[in-house]
Amino acid sequence: MASRRVTRKWEVFAGRNRFWCDGRLMTAPHPGVFLLTLALICGTCALHFAFDCPFLAVRVSAAVPAVGAALFVLTLAALLRTALSDPGIIPRAATAEAAALEAAEAGRPPPRAREVLVRGRPVKLKYCFTCKMFRPPRASHCSLCDNCVDRFDHHCPWVGNCVGKRNYRSFYTFVVSLSFLAVFVFACAVTHLALAARGAGVAAALHASPASALVAAVCFLSVWSVLGLAGFHTYLASTDQTTNEDIKGSFSSRRGVSNPNPYSRGNACANCWYVLCGPLAPSLIDR
Amino acid sequence: MANNRIPSGPNTPGSQQTPTQQGIKIFIQRDYSEGTAVKFQTRFPPELEERIDRQTFEHTIERLNEHFEMAETADCSTYCEGCLACLTAYFIYICTETHYEKHLRKVSKFIATQNERVYNPRGVHITDPILRGLRVIEITMIDVPNCQSPTGNNTSIRHT
Repeated sequence: MASRRVTRKWEVFAGRNRFWCDGRLMTAPHPGVFLLTLALICGTCALHFAFDCPFLAVRVSAAVPAVGAALFVLTLAALLRTALSDPGIIPRAATAEAAALEAAEAGRPPPRAREVLVRGRPVKLKYCFTCKMFRPPRASHCSLCDNCVDRFDHHCPWVGNCVGKRNYRSFYTFVVSLSFLAVFVFACAVTHLALAARGAGVAAALHASPASALVAAVCFLSVWSVLGLAGFHTYLASTDQTTNEDIKGSFSSRRGVSNPNPYSRGNACANCWYVLCGPLAPSLIDR
Repeated sequence: MANNRIPSGPNTPGSQQTPTQQGIKIFIQRDYSEGTAVKFQTRFPPELEERIDRQTFEHTIERLNEHFEMAETADCSTYCEGCLACLTAYFIYICTETHYEKHLRKVSKFIATQNERVYNPRGVHITDPILRGLRVIEITMIDVPNCQSPTGNNTSIRHT
């Protein structure tokens, strides 16, 4: 009996995600924008390594390509991990469990929500008609992937996956390392142009290395949104909130009555540590 | 009453039951009163009264909750694990088992021993909560004592 093949949950998965490499990798539907992100990062860095790095390695320091390569590898690894790993999908209820819920309500569909107290604060658990269960606190159903995701942050088209409990830390690493990378690559391109312009003038410098001008333009346009996002997620991580809760204003005070976040650990450092470096929750779909 | 934990809400039943072909199934729900960490309600389901005594059942669930509490606790080693994972660009997860997975193995072992020693001889089977997405503990009342688990991986996962 030991050789009997076990059916894993992801193989009979009801959502719209697709699985690769025996379930080790997974992607959400519509990966178009994710491929654009990947192409933009790889393309800009390729131009940086091909045109700016050789010049700066000689004129400034050999550390320039090394720092660039380290940042690039970290950004790419964090992006791929965010995009290809399980964000914390909650498997749908088994038939017996769904039947038990309905039996408890005498055959009628279960109530839309039930209220529980989390650290003394009332929290509504909504019933998910697709997944046939009461969603745990902070979970939400992603309409694109058609799954409930634990500690749902948002469905990010740029990384082509939901951002949730399991991949929030790699998403944060991605956003922070990408802002460092964008600033670094922009600074390198501008330094290259400035050093080249010192002898021959700006027009000649632009003519000699148009790739640097292109790299500088791409970085200049993208760095603001990336830096803003990094700042926003630093704020969210330090208060242990999700984008979803922030948009819905779950913990904002209502009519002058304060409504503190029951999940917060009280101080910013503890929240950051727990959210970004706490124990990594297991994948619940047997990957 | 030995069970003095705060119930999770006024309309939250501690358990639900349903008769199936394999026998009655009881579901123990999660206790969210202390946050979103995995913890199960220790309220004793009355359906089990004839087969299991209250102390035994509460002991099992409390031990299970202790295992999950250890799995969810962030200590120095989990911080190091998290930082190391980030520094190695997440390649460390290919070759090592995480802190949580180690504790999940202990949970599976604990459930298996409890089933073998206490529950199966009395016609009750507890399903490992990881097989139900850590949301519920499924308890099956088996009609024939000492029979094999009716909810092995192969048959039960097909429904999910």
